[in-house]
Parts: sequence; structure tokens; C-alpha cells
Amino acid sequence: MPQLNIADFSPQLVWLVICFVILYIAMAKLAIPRISEVLEGRQDRISKDLDEAKRLSEDSEKAKAEYEAALDEARTKAHGMVAELKAELASEQEASKAKLEADLATKAKDAEQSIAKAKETALSNVKDIAGEAAKAAVSRLVAVDVADAELQAAVDAQMKGDA
Amino acid sequence: MAGEQKLIDPMGQFEIKRFTNWEIAGVDVSFTNSSLMMVIVIALITLFLTFSMRGRSMVPGRMQSIAELSYEFIANMLKENVGPEGRKFFPFIFSVFMFVLISNLVGMIPYSFTVTSHIVVTFALALTVFITVTLVGIFRHGFKFLSLFAPSGVPFYLLIILVPIEVISYFVRPISLSVRLFANMVAGHALLKVFGGFVVGLGIWGGWLPLGFITALTGLEFLVAFLQAYVFAILSCLYLNDAINLHH
Repeated sequence: MPQLNIADFSPQLVWLVICFVILYIAMAKLAIPRISEVLEGRQDRISKDLDEAKRLSEDSEKAKAEYEAALDEARTKAHGMVAELKAELASEQEASKAKLEADLATKAKDAEQSIAKAKETALSNVKDIAGEAAKAAVSRLVAVDVADAELQAAVDAQMKGDA
Repeated sequence: MAGEQKLIDPMGQFEIKRFTNWEIAGVDVSFTNSSLMMVIVIALITLFLTFSMRGRSMVPGRMQSIAELSYEFIANMLKENVGPEGRKFFPFIFSVFMFVLISNLVGMIPYSFTVTSHIVVTFALALTVFITVTLVGIFRHGFKFLSLFAPSGVPFYLLIILVPIEVISYFVRPISLSVRLFANMVAGHALLKVFGGFVVGLGIWGGWLPLGFITALTGLEFLVAFLQAYVFAILSCLYLNDAINLHH
């Protein structure tokens, strides 16, 4: 077994020490700092990006909340305006209706009055005409001139009986 | 006949071949095939990890992903097994893991050499881990570090048996750590060699069965190469956790 040849031990050990020390120095001073630098840089970058993303998402949350609030406010405002307008319209309508009714009432009263007056005039005219007619008829029939007052009383009595 | 004998020599691949015959102060420091593979392995690791990261891209490419993945693999292993205090030992554990892993993987290339198939190499690595862990424990906890050998909440009479067992298991760690890696590598490569010899020996008629077996075994060996590097690294982490947190 060549591994047990003691004469071969010292060159192997010497070269192992030389090579391992060189390797250790190369790793510790060259390779490892380089790799860890890259890995840490990447870790930093990732955490920074994550922070940035978190910040942006918070910002967008905030903007969304603000927007919702503004929307709510606008909605309530619009509702208020509509209700106000409705109320105004209703009161206006009520007022015009009342005015119209009052107008109509006065007009109706006027009309009633003028009708009553017309009726009265017409009735008195009828009375006069009837008196005239009665006077003419009496004078034609009996050739007497009846006094106007007497005649009028007779017409009145007759018309009362008719009415 | 002599050629065939050489083909089925499963241990020949582990031979150390000297390219130079250097000696400093009576110590043999010859540049061998093992030394060459070690140099290749550390060069591969360093070049790969630096070149794949040279873009330093935010979105990693394929090569950069592999580099980052290996980094995070060991970083998570340390974090889960040792905690935040293990961070200091990251370069050490990472170097050990990468060295064992790439040695194992490069050793899978035919005609190359597996550095980790030599007990002296794996033992030296395990001993480095062991000494580091022990020193960390002593510097951190001083005399209290010895409480690692006496689990709390155990009756006194049991401690008489338990303490020696704990002490032995502690000092056996470098041996078990190194032998596990070494034996896995040797067994896998020797088995591949043996069945490779069968393929040639049985020829065009009988060689297909061992060829199929060798193919499956190669896949398994890649798994073992990774698994043993993982086991070596995670056991180092667990030992480190013992020393730092004194949990038992």
C-alpha cells in the first residue's frame, strides 16, 4: 500500500501545508469578500426594493381612502342638494297652488255676484215689462188707465205667487 | 502476462512519483504527482471562484450561481450547526470543504491522482481541524472546556465510566475524520481499477458486465466525492460547535 510508505510523508505534508495556506489566504482575502459583497449587495437591493414597494402600496392605499372619502362627500352633498331643491319646488308649488285657489275663489265670488246682479236686473226688467204689458192689456180691454202704482202692486203679487 | 499483472494492480494509482528530488534541511520536499494535484486543485478553486464572480452581477449567471451556491452552502452549514459565532471560522471551513471536494472530483479524472486518497494528507487536514477546535475551546472557556468530557445531569458513579469514554471519543476524532475520507477514496478508486482490469481481462465477450458495473460505480463515486467533502465539513462544524457552545 503506497499510502503507508513513510518516506513519502514529508513531501506530501510540506506541499499540503504550502497549498492549504495559499488556498486559505486566497479564500479569505480574495474569493470570500468578493462573493459576500455580491450577496450582500443583492440582499440590500432586495430589501430596498421591498421597502419601496411597501411604501408605494401604502401610498396607493392612502390615495384610495382619500378618493373614497371625496366620493362619499360628493355623494352626500348631491343628496342634500337634491333634497333642498325638492323641498323648494314643493313649497313653491304649494304657494302657487294656494294663490291659484285664492284667485279662483275670488273670481268665482265675483262671477256669482255679477250673476246675482244680472239676475236682479233681469228680474226688475221683467217686472217693468210685465207691468207695461199688463197696463197695455188693461187699457186695451177696459179702456181705463190704471194707475202705475196699483198695477205694479198687482204684478208684484202675481209674480210672488209664481215664484 | 506481466502487462496484465500490472493492469489489475489496484494500488498502483496511489503511488507517489517524484518529479524533482528537492531536500531542504534534511527534509524531503520533492515536487511529486501529489504536489502537482494540490497545486492544480487550489489553482482551480481560486480561479473558478474569482473568475466566476468577476461580473459581480445582480442576477447571477451559471458560473456565478455555482460560486454563490458553494458559499451559501457552507455559510448555512456554519449558521445552523455553530450559530452566529461560527462566522469567524467560515474561511477555514470553506477552504477545507473546497479543498476536499475539488481534490475528490479532480481525482475522478482518469490517470489523475487523488490527493485525499493518502492517509497522511487526510490526517493532516483532520488534525488541523482538531487542533483548531481544541484551541478555540481552550481560549474561549479555559478550564471550563473540560466540562465537555463530563455531561451534566449524570450521576457521579456513571461519570467514572463516562469521562474516559468521552475523552477517548474526543481524541479519536482526528483519526475517524481522516480515515473515513481516506478509506472511501481508496476503496472507490481501487474498486474502479479492479473492475477496469476485469473489462480488459474478459475482453469483447465478457467485458460488458464489468463495464456496466464500472459505469454505475463511477456515478456512485462522484456522489461519494461530494458526500465525503460534505461529511468532512459538517463534522468540522459540529466539533467547532462543541468547542464554542459546549453543548453536548
